[in-house]
Amino acid sequence: MAIGETIRNSQIWKSIFRHPMPLDRRNRIVVMLTNFFLHLHPVSIKKQGIALSFTWCMGGVTFFLFLVETVTGVLLMFYYRPTLEWAYNDILALRDVTSLGILRELHRWGAHAMVITTWLHMYRVFLTGSYKPPREFNWVVGVILLLLTLLLSFTGYLLPWDQLAIWAITVGSNMARATPFLGYEGPGQQLLTIGGIDMITDASDARFGLLGARFVGEETLNRFYVLHCIAIPLAVALLLAIHFWRVRKDGGISGPL
Amino acid sequence: MHSSGFFLKDVAGFLGGYYAFMAIMNGVAALLLWRRKGQVGWALVWTVFAGIMMVLASLALSGTADLVPALPLSVRTLVNRLSGPVLYTLGTFVLLTVLFVFRRFFVKPMVAWTILNAMLLLMGLSMADENFASIVMKPDNVPIVGLVFLLAFFTWLATSQAVVNDDRIARGLPPVEKENDEKVLVWPDLVYTELICMVAVSAFLLLWAICLPAPLEEPASSVKTPNPSKAPWYFLGLQEMLVYFDPWYAGVVLPSLVIFGLMAMPYLDFNKKGNGYYSIEERKFSYLTYQFGFFLLWITLIILGTFLRGPNWNFFGPFEFWTPYKVEVLNNVDLPQMFWVNLLDQPLPKAPSGASGLVQAGYILLREAPGLLVMGAYLVLLPPLLAVTLFRGFYAKMGFIRYMIMANLMLLMLTLPLKMVLRWTLNLKYIVSIPELSLNF
Repeated sequence: MAIGETIRNSQIWKSIFRHPMPLDRRNRIVVMLTNFFLHLHPVSIKKQGIALSFTWCMGGVTFFLFLVETVTGVLLMFYYRPTLEWAYNDILALRDVTSLGILRELHRWGAHAMVITTWLHMYRVFLTGSYKPPREFNWVVGVILLLLTLLLSFTGYLLPWDQLAIWAITVGSNMARATPFLGYEGPGQQLLTIGGIDMITDASDARFGLLGARFVGEETLNRFYVLHCIAIPLAVALLLAIHFWRVRKDGGISGPL
Repeated sequence: MHSSGFFLKDVAGFLGGYYAFMAIMNGVAALLLWRRKGQVGWALVWTVFAGIMMVLASLALSGTADLVPALPLSVRTLVNRLSGPVLYTLGTFVLLTVLFVFRRFFVKPMVAWTILNAMLLLMGLSMADENFASIVMKPDNVPIVGLVFLLAFFTWLATSQAVVNDDRIARGLPPVEKENDEKVLVWPDLVYTELICMVAVSAFLLLWAICLPAPLEEPASSVKTPNPSKAPWYFLGLQEMLVYFDPWYAGVVLPSLVIFGLMAMPYLDFNKKGNGYYSIEERKFSYLTYQFGFFLLWITLIILGTFLRGPNWNFFGPFEFWTPYKVEVLNNVDLPQMFWVNLLDQPLPKAPSGASGLVQAGYILLREAPGLLVMGAYLVLLPPLLAVTLFRGFYAKMGFIRYMIMANLMLLMLTLPLKMVLRWTLNLKYIVSIPELSLNF
């Protein structure tokens, strides 16, 4: 006890934590206001709003899974090389040789779980009518986050570079070549010609833009790797910040107004 | 394919644990019912059931393949023979409708518990079938099994609260959520919940990762196309729509409309009631629309696309072997063909060779006139017609623009089930088919 007190009274401890231990009512309030990680929360909250049967915790679980994906993903990036030469072998080694190869399992199952918890979170928000005013815009942000979650999972699906990966992405991205006007098999692309020269070909259409090539190949692997590890996570991080901030600003946690 | 002894020996250990888990689950439930609720009768029922599960567990673990509990072969054959896309989709629709209409009965804890046990038991008995197990146990398909149980559980949880609230509102009382406006401090009440939740999710994820290796197939080869080739599971609903529509609609336009429609939802729903608490009666229209889209057009199709679509995207029963040699007759007909050839008994209108572009376009329009008229009537005439009939109240409250967006989104969403029905009944392939523009609908 004495040691604990000495530590908590030391200059180092006090320089890190801007508040005393949250043991009494006053400090439990202060801790929420002065701690960076906690200040996302309000000081007090409707008891009904955090009842498990009401809220299901699915938004929080989704965010936690996003953090799990980020940490395991960064660790996997140290090991995995997104080239035709190495991608499959690196994953194979993660399965068979490498210690802590279980990181890949955590990352993959975490990704599946995140898709499911996102749906369940949306389902709960719908069933409690929590998308209604004043929370309309936050629902819109949430729908974009849903789309980005699916895209994160989709881009990650290619990276193991096995049969499952390339054919799933081939089937999925084949849709893009049927985009109206912008896909070379899509309706209306015949109309986009200049002087008899087709503007939309298999080397200039929406699918080509997605894959970086006419088929799922090395360019696609690089493109999906960057989207998966950098571009989409950054967009998600920004939108998450807005999503959480708007929860606070638009009347706090769900509940009757 | 018959279930071989080797397979059953492999799956027996899993099933032993599975039934033992069910036994413990029901034992605990019986104990709680007896000690906490004093419901001795129900406690006895679940004790007996737990005993039966223990017997099943010991049979599974007996080491004799013949003793592993399974559905009789005749039942499996019958299920395979009966099942098809039509029965599956309509059956799900009927089932969900029954669950909705009689929701007051189904939310009763003992009814829900019975259904859960029935689902688990059916699942366990089915797992003893090699064909069923080989699809369901595919690592990437396991999350969908989880999703089905999670959705069933959370729908039950939400509906049981909605039923209580609807009763209260009918009696002039506020919903339960409004009753309690007590506030608590976030530290400790919320942060501790969050911590426990994080620990639980981490533990669950670790257990999952330890028990189930992530899939890794052969190295990628662009010349070896697997049959069937499937998108990731959460897009299989879209892939299933390809049966009924061309990729431009099923793969591009409809998904975009889903995203747009979801975003538009809070701006279209003018109903001020039901904000922040579970209720069905107060917002029946939006509730049913969402559930129809989510359950029937999204989840049901994902399950169909994952578990029941095999090589060549043919339909296979749950216990059927996925042979690539299954042949299905495709004799679908386009609407112009039905109208000009079958009905009027004359050839399709075709521009004389060498005709100018404009003349050709005219002939195409003539050829597609029946389909274009149908689509025009559906998308242009129906919204105003509905505005003065069925949706009169909506139109008055929403105004022109909001009403038109809502009506068009609804009608476009309904194109999918309508096209399904037309395919099943009339073998209709395309309503409008202009290959000159790659425009088939």
